[in-house]
Order: sequence, then structure tokens, then C-alpha cells
Amino acid sequence: MIPELGHFTLILALAMAIIQTIFPLAGAANGNQAWMALARPVARLQFLFISIAFGVLIYSFLSNDFSVAYVAQNSNSLLPAIYRLSAVWGAHEGSLLLWALILSLWTTAVTFYSKRLPVFFLARVIAVMGSVSVGFLLFMLLTSNPFERLLPIPADGSDLNPLLQDPGLIIHPPMLYMGYVGFSVAFGFAIAALLGGNLDSSWARWSRPWTLLAWMFLTIGIALGSWWAYYELGWGGWWFWDPVENASFMPWLIGTALIHSFAATEKRDVFKNWTILLAICAFALSLLGTFLVRSGVLTSVHAFATDPERGIFILILLGFFVGGSLLLYALRAPSTIKGGQFKLFSRETLLLFNSILFLVAMLTVLLGTLYPLIAEALGMGKLSVGAPYFNAVFIPVMAPVALLIGIGAIVKWKQDDYKRVARQLRFLLLASVVIGVVLSVTFFDNHLVRTCAGIVAALWVTFTSIAALLARLKHRQNKLIALQTIPRGFYGMTIAHIGFAVTIIGITITSQHSVDLHERMAPGDKVEFADYQFSLEELRPTTGPNFKATEAVVKVEKNGVYVTDLHSQKRIYTVRNMPMTEAGIDSSLMRDIYISLGEPLDGEAWSIRLYHKPFVRWIWLGAIFMALGGLLAATDRRYRLKVEKNNAALVEETAASLKP
Amino acid sequence: MLRYLLPLGLFFCLVIIFIYGLQHDPRQIPSPFIDKPAPAFKLSTLHAANIDVQLDDLKGKVSLLNVWASWCVACRTEHPLLVAMAKDNPVNLYGLNYKDTREDAIDWLKQLGNPYIESAFDQTGKTGIDYGVYGVPETFVIDKEGIIRYKHIGPLNKQDIDNIILPMINQLASPTS
Repeated sequence: MIPELGHFTLILALAMAIIQTIFPLAGAANGNQAWMALARPVARLQFLFISIAFGVLIYSFLSNDFSVAYVAQNSNSLLPAIYRLSAVWGAHEGSLLLWALILSLWTTAVTFYSKRLPVFFLARVIAVMGSVSVGFLLFMLLTSNPFERLLPIPADGSDLNPLLQDPGLIIHPPMLYMGYVGFSVAFGFAIAALLGGNLDSSWARWSRPWTLLAWMFLTIGIALGSWWAYYELGWGGWWFWDPVENASFMPWLIGTALIHSFAATEKRDVFKNWTILLAICAFALSLLGTFLVRSGVLTSVHAFATDPERGIFILILLGFFVGGSLLLYALRAPSTIKGGQFKLFSRETLLLFNSILFLVAMLTVLLGTLYPLIAEALGMGKLSVGAPYFNAVFIPVMAPVALLIGIGAIVKWKQDDYKRVARQLRFLLLASVVIGVVLSVTFFDNHLVRTCAGIVAALWVTFTSIAALLARLKHRQNKLIALQTIPRGFYGMTIAHIGFAVTIIGITITSQHSVDLHERMAPGDKVEFADYQFSLEELRPTTGPNFKATEAVVKVEKNGVYVTDLHSQKRIYTVRNMPMTEAGIDSSLMRDIYISLGEPLDGEAWSIRLYHKPFVRWIWLGAIFMALGGLLAATDRRYRLKVEKNNAALVEETAASLKP
Repeated sequence: MLRYLLPLGLFFCLVIIFIYGLQHDPRQIPSPFIDKPAPAFKLSTLHAANIDVQLDDLKGKVSLLNVWASWCVACRTEHPLLVAMAKDNPVNLYGLNYKDTREDAIDWLKQLGNPYIESAFDQTGKTGIDYGVYGVPETFVIDKEGIIRYKHIGPLNKQDIDNIILPMINQLASPTS
């Protein structure tokens, strides 16, 4: 009975979403205030109903209700409770429900933090987001109902995929979805602006904090995914250019371009059509990701159970929302968009370059991801594209970004004197190169060119970011007060850029200087590797709630001094009979030592893989900085002001048009 | 006006590709190869450049030919299942190591276990092309006479092995078929 309640509330949510789409939109078209006023309460009701449905699904998992097909396929009575909770979004149907829940959560958030938005504008934003919700709820109810019953009721469930039975995977999907579903807010604002024809800098000011928040979540989500892959897949890789990873990375790239483009639009009233297009694009790529992952057009390690019927449905959704919004853009953008003026050498130009670079980066990833499909469609044969392609094309596109960050922070809006900038930067450039070369030569003895390039780029970004901060303090009497008056957004930018530098360091050093050793080891064996001594202390059988395992205990010493004990397990998850490797990792800021248990060999011996991965933590540390920067920028004081002068005109205009 | 239509145009091209893609499930069996003689090949083995392995080696028994590569992420999820299958069942499992380097591939097998009787080393990918390899991994079921009877694209899972591959091998191996 309870699962039916979930099904029923989903239908109610769909009804709410339909009302939320039609009435505010129609109200905005003919000035019916009562209809527009429906937007807020209906959106909140929709959230309530989806939350109930979500709660019901959680309940079904926690109570081991295997009469629900989705629960039976993804859970088991032996599965620990915390993984029964995360199993809710462990497969297609439940993760769609999470998608819908998060979309309605964002919509509800907009209804609460929108007091200064003009009524017309808000009605359209909520309606657009409601229409997306209609699409996804329909998709769920028609093709992927998570509450479908199973008869006869199985005695036990077939367990959650062991790969997903991991703490990292509990919060990775919600963060990721908060990110890319969050771009629906910017999308809603962009479409509302195109519909209403009021594209000015206040539009950018309204959308920007939402976009920054979504971007922050996406950054965290991607970093968590990478971290999970690192320790869970058991071979020390942290990024695979897998279609599913790319599906989350492409919206991030465009999101990054978008938050920068918003800066120019908000401050200088330029690039409005470009910003609108990026806002549409960011959300389009979120939908595209959903399509790629769930339709079965590409194969991937992460693949959800797919079927063509679902693929067609998402393709229709994609066609409707993206096609429709791009058509609207083509029709409305030429007449509504007028922009400010700027000179060639100015921050505006650099920001434009920046977003073009990110767009190109996204296109290279898109091309690589879809190439197998395109090649087949053009009759060029069947092939797959792997990491070598992505590394070869992606890094050259991102390198100029590092250069631009440095210049961009110094150059003024509107127009600047390149001689002044050159004077200011030449010392920093020299310092980055000299220190970078010295560091590389001192600490590393191979792959010097690449290492050096990475370190110099990171130093350059860091130095120029700090220089830009210092420049703001230059002519101030009281430096402490000056520090407090600098807007939070500026700190956010500085921290995010330094985070980017930290990630560059991590990627560069890890990919150039990681070493690994493949060893056959029996208990008592000792091996010397990367200045550490590893001895296999014992191999012991062990069991978990739903798996059996062999655990290796490896003692690590450096020059005879005890460092740590590492535990690595080879698990067999009994229900699915699926083997998993649990890596043993000792991490520190400067290096990770990583061991993973391979296969049993003859006698007592096992194959064991040892890795020494310098600076690998910096990759994710940088991501944390970037996310923190995003959070600071999103909570800048100017977004929290209750009433803004610039809006006064719009409010008046709204009031005027409301008169009969 | 035209430049504002450009994004829409590009999007339509994408949609056309997707429509095409939906009709061509990458896991689906491309019919041209089924019930046709497997393309002949003669390649050096992965472990020794001076020893050859060829299609004739597979004949006489029902064989599996699994296309894999050390750079292929999906192969990693499939591999333990192949190791387990080879351990528990007397299957004639051969590997086709596709567009790889010897060093990486040998290392990979050392780490994850080697379920293959032999892996043919197809560095140029030419044999892979003859077999219409779409994406790695792929698995072919080849009968005693060297006829391809089944092709699986993408990583095999436990259900595929238990419900499709092994029953098919048993059926083809029985004298009546």
C-alpha cells in the first residue's frame, strides 16, 4: 500500500508541475496577476509531493520491501542500512526521482529568494522550471516508475552493485545532481528574459548567484566522483574520460565559462547574447548528459540499465527544451540585446577569450565522446576514443586559460594600457618561470619539460592572483579595513583561481611522477620501492555483511622507521558473485602510498600492486578551493541586498503593465 | 539573423546523430558477422613476438574470442568475470589484444589475472577491423568450424555469461548441433 502512495504523490506532483507551467506563463502573457501568483505555492506543493514520493522510496528500501521491483533489483536484506539509503539513487529509476526532487528543490529555493524579482519575470522563471519538471515526471511515470511492483515477491533482493557500496558514492550523486540540475535556474532566468524581452544587467545579477551555487555543487560532485574512482576502482587512476564522466564535465566547462561571462554582463552590460547562449548551453549539456548515460547510445562503465524506449523519450525532451530554447534565442536575441562598449585591450576581451576557450574545451570533449557515434553514422567504421585523444587536445586548450587568468585579474574593465599591464606582469612572469624551473630541477629528474610547464603555470596563476589582491590594498591607509571592504566576490575569485593552480600542480606532478610496481608477494616477503620498504605481514580471510574477503596487511617503513600499516582487500560480494578490490591507501599532502591486492598466485603468494603517487591530493584540494570560491562569490553582499536601485525601473514597468 | 540560428542548426545535427545512434544500439549484434566464417587472422602472441596464433588454433572446439585492451576502462569491470568463468568452466577462451602495447597489456594481465589460453597481439587493430570491432570489449562465440555464432558488444556481466554465453557454448559443443 505504501509504495502506491509514492506512485500517487508522483502523479499529484505531475499535476502541480502542469499547473505551474501553464498558469504563470499564461498569466504573464495576458497580465493576469492571480494566475502568476499561483507560481510560488504550486511550485512548493510540487516539492512537497515529490519529497513524499522520495520518502516512500527510502522507506521501501529501509524496510526491505522486495515487492517493489526497484528495491528487489538494487538492495538486499544483508546490505548495511546506509547503503540501503544510497541505493535509493543507485540505479536509473531512483536517480531520476532524485533528479526530479532536486529540480523541485531548486525551484522552491527560487520561490523563497525572489522577493526582489518583478512578478512577470518570476512567473516565467517558475513556469519554465515547471515545464522541465513536467518532462521528467512524465518520463518517470511512463517509462521508469520506481514504485512498480514485482510478482511473485522475491525472498531477497539482488543487492546493490558492489562498486556503489562506498561512502563516497552516498553523497556523490546528490552533489552532482545539485550541480547540473542547478543550471536549470540559470536556464529558467535566460528563457524568462528572452520571453519578456528584458535583458539587462539586472538579469545577470539575479542569475549569477544561482549559477555560482550550482557550479559549486558540480565542482564538488565531480571531485567526489574522481576521488571515488581513485580509491574504489583499485588501480590508482583518477580520471578516465569515460562518457559518463564527460557528461558531467561538459556542463562544468560551460558553467565555468558562464559564471565568467556573467561577470562581464553584470558589471559592464556586455556579451548578453553570449551569456544567454551559455546559460542555455549549460543546461542543455545537463540534459545531454542524462540522455547519453541513460539511452544506451554509448557504452560506459557507469551505464545504467538502458532501453531504447527511454532513449527516445529523453531525446524528445532534449529536442523540445534545447531546440525550443535555441529557436527562441534565434527569434528574440537579435531584437532584445544591445550591449555596452569596450576596447580591444580590456578585461571584457579577456573574459570573452576565456569563455571561448572553455567552449572549445567543451567541444573537444563532446567530439571525443560522440566520435564513435559520428564515425559510425558517417560510415567511417567503428572505433572508440580513449584517454590519449583527450589528453592530447584538452591540455593545449586549457594552457592558455592559465595564462589568461593571470592577465585577466590585473587588466581593468573597459580599456587598459598594455604597457602598464606589461610593466606590472613582467616581474611576476619572470618570478614564476625562475622559481618553477628551480623547483622542477631540484625535486624531479625526469619529465622535466612538462613538470616545469605545469609548475610555472600554477605559480603564475597564484602570483598574479595575489598581486591583484595587493593592488587593491595599495593606496589604502588602513590595510585591515581595506581587506574587509574588498567584496566577497573578489575573494571568491582569488581563492578559486588559486584552487585552479593547486589542481594544476596535482595533475601535473601525479601524472608525470607517479610510479608503480607489480610484485608477487607471499607473507613475510619484503620489497623496496620508491624509498619505502613494504613487507607483507599477513594474509587473512575476513568477512563483511554481504561479502567475503582476503585481506593483506602490509607494513610500510621508511629507512627502517615505521610509517603505517596498509590494509587491502579482495572482496567477493556473495549475492552478485562479483569481485572487488579495496585499496589500502596512506595519504598525505605530498604523496599517497597505495596498494591493491591483485590475484592469488601459486602457493601462498598473491600479486600486489604498489603505487607511489606524489601530490595526488592536490587535485581534489584544488577542487575544494574552487568550490569554496564559488560559495564566497555566490554569497557576496550585493546579491543579498533587499531592494536595488536598478530594479526600480523594472518594478515600475511591471506595475504599469499590470494596469488594465 | 543567420548567426543566431547557428546554435540551433548545430543542435539539429546532433539530434540527427542521436536518432541514428538510438537505432543502432552499440550492444546490438551487427548481423553481417553472425553465422559467417570468422575472418582469418595470423598474429603474434602477446607474450612472445616469435610465436603465432591464428584462427585455426581456435577451431575444433567452441571458442570465445574476447577483444580487450589495457587502456579500456570497461574491460576492467569485465575482466574478473572472465577470470572466474575460465576458472570454473572449461572454456576455450582466446583474447584479441587490441591497439595496445605489449608492456601495458602484459602488466595488466599480471595484475588482474590471465584467463586466456592465448592472446593475439593486434597492435595495428587490423584484425579488429576485420571483426568489425566497435568498442572494446567485445566477445565473439565461434563454433567448432570457425563460424561466428554470437557477438556481444560491451562488457559482459554475470547474467550475460550465465544465461547466454555458457548455455550457447554447451549447446554448440553438444554433438547433435
